[in-house]
Amino acid sequence: MTPVATPFFFYFLAALSVGSALGVILRKNAVHSAIFLIFTLLAQAGLYLMLYAPFVAGVQIILYAGGIMVLFLFVIMLVNLERSLKEEQFNKQWVVGTMVGVLFGAVILLVYRSGAGSFPKTLAVLQESTNTQDIGVMLYRNYMMPFEVASLLLLVAIVGAVVMAKKRI
Amino acid sequence: MAEIGTMHYLVVAMMLFILGVVGVVTRRNVVVILMSIELILNAVNLNLVAFSRLYGLHGQVFAIFVIVDAAAEAAVGLGIVIAFFRNKETVNVDEIDLLKW
Repeated sequence: MTPVATPFFFYFLAALSVGSALGVILRKNAVHSAIFLIFTLLAQAGLYLMLYAPFVAGVQIILYAGGIMVLFLFVIMLVNLERSLKEEQFNKQWVVGTMVGVLFGAVILLVYRSGAGSFPKTLAVLQESTNTQDIGVMLYRNYMMPFEVASLLLLVAIVGAVVMAKKRI
Repeated sequence: MAEIGTMHYLVVAMMLFILGVVGVVTRRNVVVILMSIELILNAVNLNLVAFSRLYGLHGQVFAIFVIVDAAAEAAVGLGIVIAFFRNKETVNVDEIDLLKW
Protein backbone atom coordinates (compact mmCIF):
# COMPACT_ATOMS: atom_id res chain seq x y z
CA MET A 1 0.00 0.00 0.00
CA THR A 2 1.49 3.35 -0.96
CA PRO A 3 1.36 6.08 1.70
CA VAL A 4 -0.80 9.14 1.10
CA ALA A 5 0.41 12.75 1.20
CA THR A 6 3.81 11.79 2.60
CA PRO A 7 5.51 15.19 2.10
CA PHE A 8 2.74 17.07 3.87
CA PHE A 9 2.78 14.81 6.91
CA PHE A 10 6.56 14.78 7.02
CA TYR A 11 6.89 18.55 6.99
CA PHE A 12 4.03 18.92 9.47
CA LEU A 13 5.54 16.46 11.95
CA ALA A 14 9.07 17.79 11.44
CA ALA A 15 7.92 21.39 12.04
CA LEU A 16 5.93 20.32 15.11
CA SER A 17 8.87 18.41 16.55
CA VAL A 18 11.52 21.09 15.91
CA GLY A 19 9.22 23.93 17.00
CA SER A 20 8.34 22.16 20.23
CA ALA A 21 12.04 21.44 20.81
CA LEU A 22 12.63 25.19 20.52
CA GLY A 23 9.91 25.66 23.13
CA VAL A 24 11.65 23.16 25.42
CA ILE A 25 14.88 25.14 25.54
CA LEU A 26 13.36 28.65 25.45
CA ARG A 27 10.49 28.58 27.97
CA LYS A 28 11.18 29.94 31.45
CA ASN A 29 8.75 27.61 33.20
CA ALA A 30 10.00 24.04 33.49
CA VAL A 31 6.45 22.66 33.29
CA HIS A 32 5.97 24.36 29.91
CA SER A 33 9.25 22.82 28.77
CA ALA A 34 7.97 19.39 29.78
CA ILE A 35 4.69 19.88 27.88
CA PHE A 36 6.60 20.99 24.77
CA LEU A 37 8.87 17.96 25.11
CA ILE A 38 5.79 15.71 25.10
CA PHE A 39 4.71 17.30 21.80
CA THR A 40 8.20 16.70 20.36
CA LEU A 41 8.06 13.04 21.41
CA LEU A 42 4.60 12.53 19.91
CA ALA A 43 5.65 14.13 16.62
CA GLN A 44 8.68 11.86 16.58
CA ALA A 45 6.44 8.85 17.08
CA GLY A 46 4.60 9.99 13.94
CA LEU A 47 7.90 10.20 12.06
CA TYR A 48 8.73 6.64 13.19
CA LEU A 49 5.39 5.50 11.79
CA MET A 50 6.29 7.12 8.48
CA LEU A 51 9.58 5.16 8.51
CA TYR A 52 7.72 1.82 8.85
CA ALA A 53 8.65 1.40 12.52
CA PRO A 54 5.29 1.02 14.30
CA PHE A 55 6.74 -0.87 17.28
CA VAL A 56 9.32 1.82 18.02
CA ALA A 57 6.56 4.42 17.65
CA GLY A 58 4.42 2.59 20.21
CA VAL A 59 7.34 2.21 22.62
CA GLN A 60 8.09 5.89 22.15
CA ILE A 61 4.57 6.92 23.12
CA ILE A 62 4.13 4.47 26.01
CA LEU A 63 7.60 4.70 27.51
CA TYR A 64 8.71 8.24 26.69
CA ALA A 65 5.57 10.32 26.53
CA GLY A 66 3.88 8.15 29.16
CA GLY A 67 6.57 7.04 31.59
CA ILE A 68 9.60 9.29 31.48
CA MET A 69 7.62 12.50 31.16
CA VAL A 70 5.52 11.65 34.22
CA LEU A 71 8.80 11.18 36.09
CA PHE A 72 9.95 14.61 34.91
CA LEU A 73 6.70 16.29 35.93
CA PHE A 74 6.84 14.68 39.38
CA VAL A 75 10.38 15.97 39.92
CA ILE A 76 9.41 19.45 38.71
CA MET A 77 6.63 19.43 41.30
CA LEU A 78 9.00 18.24 44.04
CA VAL A 79 11.64 20.92 43.48
CA ASN A 80 10.05 24.27 44.19
CA LEU A 81 8.83 26.27 41.24
CA GLU A 82 7.94 29.72 42.54
CA ARG A 83 11.43 30.80 43.51
CA SER A 84 13.10 29.50 40.37
CA LEU A 85 10.61 31.36 38.15
CA LYS A 86 12.01 34.69 39.33
CA GLU A 87 15.58 33.64 38.64
CA GLU A 88 17.53 33.98 35.44
CA GLN A 89 17.06 30.79 33.41
CA PHE A 90 20.05 31.11 31.08
CA ASN A 91 23.66 31.19 32.19
CA LYS A 92 26.23 33.75 31.16
CA GLN A 93 27.69 31.72 28.31
CA TRP A 94 24.49 31.46 26.31
CA VAL A 95 25.71 33.62 23.41
CA VAL A 96 28.86 31.55 22.97
CA GLY A 97 26.91 28.32 23.49
CA THR A 98 24.38 29.18 20.81
CA MET A 99 27.13 30.19 18.38
CA VAL A 100 28.97 26.91 18.97
CA GLY A 101 25.71 25.04 18.41
CA VAL A 102 25.11 26.80 15.09
CA LEU A 103 28.70 26.12 13.99
CA PHE A 104 28.31 22.48 14.95
CA GLY A 105 25.15 22.31 12.82
CA ALA A 106 27.00 23.86 9.88
CA VAL A 107 29.72 21.21 10.18
CA ILE A 108 27.14 18.41 10.25
CA LEU A 109 25.40 19.89 7.19
CA LEU A 110 28.73 19.98 5.33
CA VAL A 111 29.30 16.31 6.18
CA TYR A 112 25.77 15.51 4.97
CA ARG A 113 26.38 17.36 1.71
CA SER A 114 29.55 15.47 0.92
CA GLY A 115 28.23 12.08 2.07
CA ALA A 116 24.73 12.22 0.59
CA GLY A 117 25.61 10.13 -2.45
CA SER A 118 26.91 7.17 -0.47
CA PHE A 119 23.50 5.91 0.69
CA PRO A 120 22.17 2.76 -0.96
CA LYS A 121 19.65 3.52 -3.67
CA THR A 122 17.24 0.73 -2.75
CA LEU A 123 15.20 0.68 0.43
CA ALA A 124 15.24 -2.29 2.78
CA VAL A 125 12.22 -4.55 2.77
CA LEU A 126 10.41 -3.88 6.04
CA GLN A 127 7.23 -5.84 6.64
CA GLU A 128 4.93 -3.52 8.51
CA SER A 129 2.47 -6.25 9.45
CA THR A 130 5.08 -8.39 11.23
CA ASN A 131 7.28 -5.57 12.53
CA THR A 132 6.80 -6.36 16.23
CA GLN A 133 7.38 -10.04 15.63
CA ASP A 134 10.56 -9.38 13.64
CA ILE A 135 11.92 -7.07 16.33
CA GLY A 136 11.15 -9.66 19.00
CA VAL A 137 12.92 -12.40 17.08
CA MET A 138 15.91 -10.14 16.50
CA LEU A 139 16.05 -9.13 20.18
CA TYR A 140 16.11 -12.76 21.33
CA ARG A 141 18.43 -14.09 18.62
CA ASN A 142 20.91 -11.47 17.38
CA TYR A 143 20.84 -9.21 20.42
CA MET A 144 20.39 -11.69 23.26
CA MET A 145 23.40 -10.50 25.26
CA PRO A 146 22.70 -6.74 24.96
CA PHE A 147 19.09 -7.48 25.92
CA GLU A 148 20.17 -9.15 29.16
CA VAL A 149 22.66 -6.36 29.86
CA ALA A 150 19.86 -3.84 29.35
CA SER A 151 17.72 -5.63 31.91
CA LEU A 152 20.63 -5.52 34.35
CA LEU A 153 21.05 -1.81 33.64
CA LEU A 154 17.40 -1.19 34.45
CA LEU A 155 17.74 -3.12 37.72
CA VAL A 156 20.77 -1.03 38.70
CA ALA A 157 18.89 2.13 37.74
CA ILE A 158 15.92 1.17 39.93
CA VAL A 159 18.19 0.50 42.92
CA GLY A 160 20.13 3.70 42.25
CA ALA A 161 17.02 5.84 42.00
CA VAL A 162 15.63 4.44 45.26
CA VAL A 163 18.93 4.99 47.08
CA MET A 164 19.27 8.54 45.68
CA ALA A 165 15.77 9.56 46.71
CA LYS A 166 16.08 8.20 50.25
CA LYS A 167 15.95 10.66 53.14
CA ARG A 168 19.40 9.82 54.48
CA ILE A 169 22.04 8.50 52.09
CA MET B 1 6.77 18.41 -3.60
CA ALA B 2 9.86 16.28 -3.82
CA GLU B 3 9.91 12.82 -2.39
CA ILE B 4 10.99 12.50 1.25
CA GLY B 5 14.30 10.67 1.52
CA THR B 6 16.66 9.67 4.29
CA MET B 7 18.40 13.04 4.14
CA HIS B 8 15.23 14.86 5.19
CA TYR B 9 15.02 12.79 8.37
CA LEU B 10 18.72 13.28 9.03
CA VAL B 11 18.33 17.05 8.81
CA VAL B 12 15.40 16.99 11.25
CA ALA B 13 17.45 14.84 13.62
CA MET B 14 20.37 17.26 13.23
CA MET B 15 18.15 20.20 14.23
CA LEU B 16 16.85 18.34 17.29
CA PHE B 17 20.42 17.41 18.26
CA ILE B 18 21.64 21.01 17.97
CA LEU B 19 18.68 22.29 19.98
CA GLY B 20 19.44 19.71 22.66
CA VAL B 21 23.12 20.69 22.79
CA VAL B 22 22.24 24.39 23.01
CA GLY B 23 19.78 23.59 25.79
CA VAL B 24 22.40 21.65 27.75
CA VAL B 25 24.97 24.41 27.35
CA THR B 26 22.79 27.44 28.04
CA ARG B 27 20.13 26.51 30.61
CA ARG B 28 20.63 26.74 34.38
CA ASN B 29 17.85 24.44 35.59
CA VAL B 30 19.04 20.83 35.96
CA VAL B 31 15.63 19.41 35.08
CA VAL B 32 15.54 21.32 31.78
CA ILE B 33 19.09 20.17 31.08
CA LEU B 34 17.95 16.56 31.54
CA MET B 35 15.08 17.26 29.13
CA SER B 36 17.58 18.59 26.59
CA ILE B 37 19.53 15.36 26.97
CA GLU B 38 16.31 13.53 26.13
CA LEU B 39 16.09 15.68 22.99
CA ILE B 40 19.62 14.60 22.02
CA LEU B 41 18.79 10.93 22.59
CA ASN B 42 15.67 11.34 20.48
CA ALA B 43 17.67 12.84 17.64
CA VAL B 44 19.95 9.79 17.75
CA ASN B 45 16.89 7.54 17.72
CA LEU B 46 15.49 9.30 14.68
CA ASN B 47 18.82 8.77 12.89
CA LEU B 48 18.81 5.07 13.79
CA VAL B 49 15.26 4.51 12.61
CA ALA B 50 15.85 6.52 9.42
CA PHE B 51 18.84 4.33 8.58
CA SER B 52 16.88 1.20 9.43
CA ARG B 53 14.69 2.16 6.45
CA LEU B 54 17.79 1.60 4.31
CA TYR B 55 19.68 -1.19 6.02
CA GLY B 56 17.09 -3.37 7.72
CA LEU B 57 15.71 -3.85 11.19
CA HIS B 58 18.89 -3.46 13.28
CA GLY B 59 18.43 0.27 13.63
CA GLN B 60 15.01 -0.14 15.21
CA VAL B 61 16.35 -2.65 17.73
CA PHE B 62 19.11 -0.22 18.65
CA ALA B 63 16.55 2.57 18.99
CA ILE B 64 14.78 0.44 21.59
CA PHE B 65 18.05 -0.03 23.47
CA VAL B 66 18.59 3.74 23.40
CA ILE B 67 15.09 4.25 24.84
CA VAL B 68 15.92 1.80 27.65
CA ASP B 69 19.10 3.75 28.38
CA ALA B 70 17.13 6.99 28.38
CA ALA B 71 14.71 5.57 30.94
CA ALA B 72 17.55 4.46 33.22
CA GLU B 73 19.30 7.79 32.80
CA ALA B 74 16.15 9.77 33.61
CA ALA B 75 15.46 7.71 36.75
CA VAL B 76 18.98 8.03 38.15
CA GLY B 77 19.43 11.65 37.04
CA LEU B 78 16.18 12.81 38.57
CA GLY B 79 17.01 10.87 41.76
CA ILE B 80 20.28 12.81 41.96
CA VAL B 81 18.38 16.07 41.40
CA ILE B 82 15.99 15.28 44.27
CA ALA B 83 18.85 14.28 46.59
CA PHE B 84 20.74 17.44 45.74
CA PHE B 85 17.72 19.68 46.14
CA ARG B 86 17.14 18.24 49.58
CA ASN B 87 20.68 19.16 50.64
CA LYS B 88 21.34 22.50 48.92
CA GLU B 89 17.86 23.92 48.13
CA THR B 90 18.77 24.70 44.54
CA VAL B 91 18.51 23.15 41.08
CA ASN B 92 20.74 25.65 39.26
CA VAL B 93 23.85 24.07 37.80
CA ASP B 94 26.08 27.08 38.41
CA GLU B 95 25.33 26.87 42.13
CA ILE B 96 26.18 23.17 42.24
CA ASP B 97 29.91 23.64 42.78
CA LEU B 98 30.80 21.39 45.71
CA LEU B 99 33.74 19.86 43.82
CA LYS B 100 35.11 23.25 42.75
CA TRP B 101 37.93 24.73 44.86
